[in-house]
Amino acid sequence: MKALIGWIDERIPLTKTYNKHVGQYPTPKNFNFWYIFGFIAMVVLVNQILTGIWLTMNYNPSGDGAFASIEYIMRDVEYGWLLRYMHSTGASAFFVVIYLHMYRGLIYGSYQKPRELIWLFGMLIFLVLMAEAFMGYLLPWGQMSYWGAQVIISLFGAIPVIGDDLTLWIRGDYVISGATLNRFFALHVIALPLVLVMLVFLHIVALHEVGSNNPDGIEIKENKDENGWPKDGIPFHPYFTVKDLAAIVGFLFFFCWVMFFFPDGGGYFLEKPNFEAANPLKTPDHIAPVWYFTPFYAILRAVPDKLLGVVMMGLSIAVLFVLPWLDRCKVKSIRYRSTIHKLNIAQFVICFIILGVLGVLPSTPALTLLAQITSFGYFAYFLLLWIYSKNEKTKPLPDRVTK
Amino acid sequence: MMKNVFLALALLVPSLTFGAGGNVHLDKANYDLTDNASLQNGAKLFMNYCFGCHSTQYQRYNRVAEDLGIPVKLMEENLIFTGVKPGELMENAIQEDDAAKWFGAPAPDLTLVARVRGADWVYTYLRTFYVDETRPFGVNNKVFPSVGMPHVLQELQGVPNAVYETRMIDGEEQQIYVGIESDGSGEMSDDEYDHAVLDLVNFLVYSAEPIQLERKRLGYWVLGFLFIFFIISYLLKKEYWRDVH
Repeated sequence: MKALIGWIDERIPLTKTYNKHVGQYPTPKNFNFWYIFGFIAMVVLVNQILTGIWLTMNYNPSGDGAFASIEYIMRDVEYGWLLRYMHSTGASAFFVVIYLHMYRGLIYGSYQKPRELIWLFGMLIFLVLMAEAFMGYLLPWGQMSYWGAQVIISLFGAIPVIGDDLTLWIRGDYVISGATLNRFFALHVIALPLVLVMLVFLHIVALHEVGSNNPDGIEIKENKDENGWPKDGIPFHPYFTVKDLAAIVGFLFFFCWVMFFFPDGGGYFLEKPNFEAANPLKTPDHIAPVWYFTPFYAILRAVPDKLLGVVMMGLSIAVLFVLPWLDRCKVKSIRYRSTIHKLNIAQFVICFIILGVLGVLPSTPALTLLAQITSFGYFAYFLLLWIYSKNEKTKPLPDRVTK
Repeated sequence: MMKNVFLALALLVPSLTFGAGGNVHLDKANYDLTDNASLQNGAKLFMNYCFGCHSTQYQRYNRVAEDLGIPVKLMEENLIFTGVKPGELMENAIQEDDAAKWFGAPAPDLTLVARVRGADWVYTYLRTFYVDETRPFGVNNKVFPSVGMPHVLQELQGVPNAVYETRMIDGEEQQIYVGIESDGSGEMSDDEYDHAVLDLVNFLVYSAEPIQLERKRLGYWVLGFLFIFFIISYLLKKEYWRDVH
C-alpha cells in the first residue's frame, strides 16, 4: 500500500493534495452550527447528480413522453419513486441549505477581504443553481412546469429592442414546446452540472488558499505556534470529518422525514397543478414559481413597470455580488459589530422571508404594498451597510477565538 | 428573537393555500388505504361508472390487481372491458375529439386527480351534483360550477336537489345553500352513497400514488436507522473532540 502511494505521489501530488485539503487543513476549532451547511450542500449536490443520472435512464425528454415517463418512473421502475423523490426533495433541500450557508457568510462577514473571491464563486454557484433548478422544473412537463417557465421566459421579453428575439432564441420556438424541453434537458443534465461542479471546485480551492473564517471573524493564521500551525486550528480530518458526519446524519433525518412522509412538501416542493400534464391551452388559476424563487419574484411583482421590475429583480441578485465591496468595515463577525449592523441584518432577513411568502400568494393591493416595503428593506440593507460600515463603532476583537 | 420570527413564519406558510375555485366547504374524505375491501369496491365503481369516459392511463391493470388483492383472472373477467392484456396501461376507448364534441371538453385522465385536486375535493365534488335545468345534462355541481359532466352516479344516489335555507343576514333575507338531498329514487341510501363515494375516492388516492403505503413503511425504518446512527456519530464526534480545548 505504502509503495503504491509512493508510486502515485511521484507522478501526481496525491498525499500533498490530501494533506492540504483534508489531512492537515487547519480548521478553526470554534466552528458552530452555522458551519455545517457547506458540507451538507456538497452532499446534496452529490445526491442530485447520482439520482439525476438514474432518472435520466428512464426519462423521456419530449413533449409527448415527458409527463408519462415521470409516472413510469414513479410506478414501473424499481424504486423509481424513491429516486424521483430524492431528486425533487433534494432540489428544495439544496436551496434551504444554500440560503442558510449564505446567511452564515452574511453574519460572520465571510465575504470580506481576503475572501472576496470565495464569495464571488459562491454567488456564481447560486446563479447557476437557480438556472439549473429552473430548467429542471420544466422537465416533468406538468402544468406548473409549463406555465412557470412561460412566465419566467417572458420576462426576457421586457428587455427593449432584443427582448422578443431573445425569448424566441431561449425557447427555440414561438411557444414553449418540445424544442424548449429538449434544450432545457441538455442544459440541465450536462452543461449546468459541469459548470456547477467546476465552480464548487474553485470555491473550495479559493477557501483553502486563504483559510476558513470563523464565528469570531479573526484570522487564525495570525497566531501560529513554533511549527507554523495556527494555535486555534485543528486538522479537518478527523475532527471535522466526524463532526460533519454527525451533521449529515442529522440533516438526513429531516430530509428523509420530508421525503418519506411529505414528498410534495405541502404543495411547495411538488406543486399540485404539476400532477396534470402541460396543456398550452389551459392556464392555471394561479401561477406561482417554486418557493425558492419567490423572494426575487415578489420583488419583480412589487414594481408596477415590467421592465423596471425585471431590472430590480436582476439588481436584487447582482447587488449580492458586490457585497464584499459594500461592506467597508474591518471587523467581520456580527459578534463584534455595531447594534445598527445587527438591526440591519435582522430587517434584511425579515424582509427576505416576507418576500418569499408574498411570492407564492396572488397579489392584492395590500400585499403589493407590503412587497414594496420589504423590497425597499431588501435594498436598504446594502445601501445602509455601505454608509455606516465606513466608520462603524465596533467592539474590540479578541486575540484568540472564543468558545 | 430571530428564531421566533423564523418559527412563526415557518408555521404560517403551510396555512397559506393555493387559490382553488369554488367557495363551498369541502367535506373531509376519511379514506383508508389499508382497507382492501374499500379499494376493491372503489375500483369496481370506477371501472363501471367512470372508466367509460375517464382513463387512468398511467397505471396498469395487473399492478392494481396485485396491490388491491384482486386475482388477475377475476380482474380480466370483470374489470377489463377493453379486451387488453392485464399488463397494459388502463386506457379507454373514447376518442378525445368525440369527448370534446359530446361534453365540451375531453374527460381528463384521473390517475392523478387526487394529487391535483385533493381527496376532499373529489369526495365533495361527487356528492354535490344537483338538479339544474339550465345545464345541458340537467345537473350542475357545487364545487365545480357549470361542469360539463353528467351525474353518472345518479342511479345510485337518486335525483339530488340543492337545499337552501332562508336566513336573515345583516337585516336582509338571503338564500343560503345548506346541502344536497336525494329524492330517494336511487339504489342507495344517503349513507350508503357517501360510503360508495368514499371507496371511489380511496381508489383514486391509491391510483395517484400507488407506492404511498410502502413509502411510509420504509420511511419509519429509515428514520429509525438514522436516529440510532445519529446518536452513534454524535458520540464518536464527542470522543474525538475530547482533546480539543
